[in-house]
This record gives sequence, structure tokens and C-alpha cells, in this order.
Amino acid sequence: MTTAELKDIKVNLVIDARGTACPGPLLAAKKAIGEIESDEIMEILSADEGTKHDIPRWCDKVGHEYLGFVDLDSYTRLFLKKA
Amino acid sequence: MSEEIEKQVAELEKQLKKLQKNQAKDQISIIAFSGDLDKMLAAMIIATGARAMDTEVKMFFTFWATAMLRDKKKCGTGKDFMSKMFGFMLPKGSTQLKLSKLNMCGMGTEMLKGLMKKKRVSSLEELLKIAGELGVEINVCEMSMDLMGFKREEMIDYPNLKYVGVGSYLADANESRIQLFI
Repeated sequence: MTTAELKDIKVNLVIDARGTACPGPLLAAKKAIGEIESDEIMEILSADEGTKHDIPRWCDKVGHEYLGFVDLDSYTRLFLKKA
Repeated sequence: MSEEIEKQVAELEKQLKKLQKNQAKDQISIIAFSGDLDKMLAAMIIATGARAMDTEVKMFFTFWATAMLRDKKKCGTGKDFMSKMFGFMLPKGSTQLKLSKLNMCGMGTEMLKGLMKKKRVSSLEELLKIAGELGVEINVCEMSMDLMGFKREEMIDYPNLKYVGVGSYLADANESRIQLFI
């Protein structure tokens, strides 16, 4: 999805993983995915480069749809849709 | 003709069942051996990360890493002299592990712990707790317990902690897609 589309997308749950280090963000994602329904959108906020690469791989492995990311000044917003 | 095909299909189904049974599982087997803080941190980060990715995790704690599972608040009773010596010389739990490099008489270890706190990296103790909650299976080498004179009563309260031999580790490893020696 394009940056513009992502910025406007309706998000059902936002997870702020900026304060935690590996494997924090992955664990937060795994815990939070149980709180939304199928086809709902989850947004993860991350401040490290590693997570930016990890989340798409996590989606692939666990079976959710990775939608893309939006880079901001000090952090990144990552979007995914629950399968 | 159709009888021949039926026979072949039955044979194929049998082969398929056999292959499915032998296929490696979405599972990782980790041997925790070294007992060094940095290496045990890596092991636990991998273990919890794997669980976050829905991969089963089975850990086998042996040799020096066995000491990491001691509870510093508990005591083992009925130990002979050698066991008492081992118990005294080896770390009493995860908080007493040392770095494999740059330990610098403990300074390096303390510096790293301070850095981890500052950067909000989970400590080994926190990772062990998370691992327990996520269902990381930990099996302890019975032989190592025996050699070092550790008693079961002095080990931490970890969910479903089992004491096994190398056969159990090998059976688990054989069905895992990934095996690590840390």
C-alpha cells in the first residue's frame, strides 16, 4: 500500500513498541494480535531498524498480511492486517 | 487395470503418511551449555523470539548452563564435600552469570547489565519469566545435575521443568527444523 493510503487507513489497534528492545516488539505483536478480529488492522510503532525488518517476516511466518510502513522523524509506523 | 491403479494409490498413500510423519516440525531445539551471560541471553532471546513466531521451542540445559537454573533463594541439602565445593564455585542462578569475553573481573558484566537496563533490553531473569509464560520447554540434563551436585529442590520454579538424558534431547532435536548449541 502507498504511504498516503497507509496514513489514512483505519487502524483497530496501535501497539507502541518504541520503548522495548528485541525481542520485545515481536512479543508485543504476538500478544496483541489476539486482541483484534480477523481482517482488522494493527499498527506497530517502532524506533529500531531491526523491528522494521522483523515485522514483515513475522507476518509471513505467522500468516498475516503485511501492509507496509510509514517513516516518521524518530520512529516508524508498521501496518498489518490480521488473517 | 483399475485394480493395479488402486494398489498403486494405496502404496502412495502409505509412503505419504510415512513422509509426513518424518517431516521436521516447526520447532527449534537449543542446547544451553556454556552458562555465559552473553550466550545465555542470546539463547533466551532466540527462544522467546521463536515463540513469538509460533515456533515450538525445546531447550536442553546441560553442564555450565545448569547453574543458571539455580534459585539463589533456595538451598540444596544433603550434599557431599565435592558437591558443596561445586555449589560454592559455580554461579547460583542467572544473576551471577559472567560474560564470556571482557568480564574484567566482573566489571564488564556489570557494565553490560547497566547498558541493558538503560536501553530497556530485557534481563535474563525477565526473559526466563517470559519464556515460561510462552511455553518454552526447558529440560535439564540429569547427568549434569548429578556431576555438579545440584539438587532439584534448589532449582527455580519453572513451569514443567523436566530432568532428562541425552536420548530425550536427541529425540526432540531429530524432529526439529533448527538445532543450536549455545
